[in-house]
Amino acid sequence: MTKDEIRAEVLDILADIAPDEDLSSLDDSKSFREQMELDSMDFLDIVMELRKRHRVQIPEDDYVNLASMDSTVEYLHPMMKDM
Amino acid sequence: MYDAIIIGAGMSGLAAGIRLAHYDQRVCILERHTTIGGLNGFYRLRGRDYDVGLHALTNITPKGTRKGPLARLLRQLRLSWDDLAISPQIGSEIAFPSARLRFNNDLDLLRSEVARAFPGEVDNFERLIAAVVEYDDLTDEHAAISARVRLGELLDEPLLVEMLFCPLMFYGSAREHDMDWGQFSIMFRSIFMEGLGRPYAGVRLILKHLVRKFRALGGELKLRSGVSRLEVENGKVSRVVLDSGEVLEGRRVLSSAGWCETMRMCNDGTPVDASRSPGRLSFCETIATLDRQPKQLGHDRTITFYNDQEEFVWTPPAEPCDLRSGVICSPNNFDYDEPLGDGVMRITALANFDYWRGLDERAYELEKLRWYDAITASAVRFVPDYRQWVVDTDMFTPTTIVRFTGHDNGAVYGAPEKQIDGRTHLDNLFICGTDQGFVGIIGSIVSGISMANMHCLRD
Ligand SMILES: Cc1cc2nc3c(=O)[nH]c(=O)nc-3n(C[C@H](O)[C@H](O)[C@H](O)COP(=O)(O)OP(=O)(O)OC[C@H]3O[C@@H](n4cnc5c(N)ncnc54)[C@H](O)[C@@H]3O)c2cc1C
Repeated sequence: MTKDEIRAEVLDILADIAPDEDLSSLDDSKSFREQMELDSMDFLDIVMELRKRHRVQIPEDDYVNLASMDSTVEYLHPMMKDM
Repeated sequence: MYDAIIIGAGMSGLAAGIRLAHYDQRVCILERHTTIGGLNGFYRLRGRDYDVGLHALTNITPKGTRKGPLARLLRQLRLSWDDLAISPQIGSEIAFPSARLRFNNDLDLLRSEVARAFPGEVDNFERLIAAVVEYDDLTDEHAAISARVRLGELLDEPLLVEMLFCPLMFYGSAREHDMDWGQFSIMFRSIFMEGLGRPYAGVRLILKHLVRKFRALGGELKLRSGVSRLEVENGKVSRVVLDSGEVLEGRRVLSSAGWCETMRMCNDGTPVDASRSPGRLSFCETIATLDRQPKQLGHDRTITFYNDQEEFVWTPPAEPCDLRSGVICSPNNFDYDEPLGDGVMRITALANFDYWRGLDERAYELEKLRWYDAITASAVRFVPDYRQWVVDTDMFTPTTIVRFTGHDNGAVYGAPEKQIDGRTHLDNLFICGTDQGFVGIIGSIVSGISMANMHCLRD
């Protein structure tokens, strides 16, 4: 997967979690928490969706990398580039 | 072998089931009754649709709100705000002999009402709101302190204290006379700061969404499948035995049947901790169908919480029903796009479980008629007298609640001591719903979600 494809996938997960949210104006450099007010339950959902959809395992210590779109894509790219 | 077996197809069991099925677990929900819903089911009688419990959903925040239990619940269950089609309340009221306080889904109305009825309490009321906002449900160590003590520190007028307790206890206190500060804060927010609402179609709409979603995700629901026994081996539930004798196996068991009720199912002779008494607070509910809309009688309030003396008493009454206080709900008085077909007035009053349980069948039917009249007569002191327009009635008592939910004593809000982490003495048995911590429809859904997340999705 390219970085763009990973971004699209994360966006799809966010759309699934928050169907009422307008994601077109998402700022990739800003935190999800700040923009969408996601809480810890939601972050766990992003992790579990990635596992369910792509078998990507993210250890709890690495959750901090999922703060914003930019950091998430950066973090996932090495794991998902060969998918 | 299931990944998870869930006991009970009420709000919490269904919500937990959706979470687990969504993440590809093999899940089976077992329900003793012939339909889903538990404490909040629905039924049809003489050609009319009835909801068992639903007066109003609490925690109602407008579409687009990202914070709070409702927003969290929608995200976790992958529901859209529009799926629940909730209409906000028109406006409710707390009615005591010497004062009335109106409120709606905008806290400013209650603020101005407090200022009108208790001019000296304006600043204190702001301090109370600040303290409630500050309370953090996940970390606060003050959760268990007495709300009566806390309110005594914050407010000067005893009458205002009683008036605030009345709706909050009716809608969510398992504890008699008092509330934990934590539960008070949660209920204050969910009723006064977020608000009340109702789907036009009532509770069946919510249940339909939940069960459809669960089934679409591959979940199995077995009705008429009461669990009679949990067989214990090596500190774990090894087998789940149904009333029919059928045996199921699951890696984990999540029970919404109640704490004591679940402990009694375990065959390892677990003594039910004596300090963990089941709750005793139960209700009678009368339902009157009118041949006109309540508004035509001059009644436009959504919910009226009434109490006919200065002090609000929250314990099981010595009488069969407590005629001093109650909750009057008109499901018509929500802000729908079109009016509901029938006019409906519902009244909830505290009831004495032991009295109702002790009656034989004939006496039970007669007492129902007698107390229907007494409760209604008590309530029409606070709302327009609707009795001459009644075309049909129904009523239920604490024994009805036991029959349909299996909860000890017909305790609507379960045991006063909650098991917040949902754990039991067995490694793979957890509880969710009323006795875990959160009550009400939104609360029990959140409970099912969080117990599923915490105990069944971490590996
Ligand atoms: C009269 C009344 C009015 C109410 N009004 C409101 C309101 O207006 N707003 C609001 O938010 N809340 C209201 N509530 C509260 C709300 O209904 C409950 O808090 C909520 O539905 C509890 O859900 P639960 O899943 O925890 O428990 P339950 O709904 O009790 O679910 C437990 C389920 O487990 C099943 N079960 C039990 N034992 C077994 C067994 N051994 N095997 C198989 N199945 C079993 C039961 O049949 C039941 O279906 C009201 C309740 C009542 C009774």
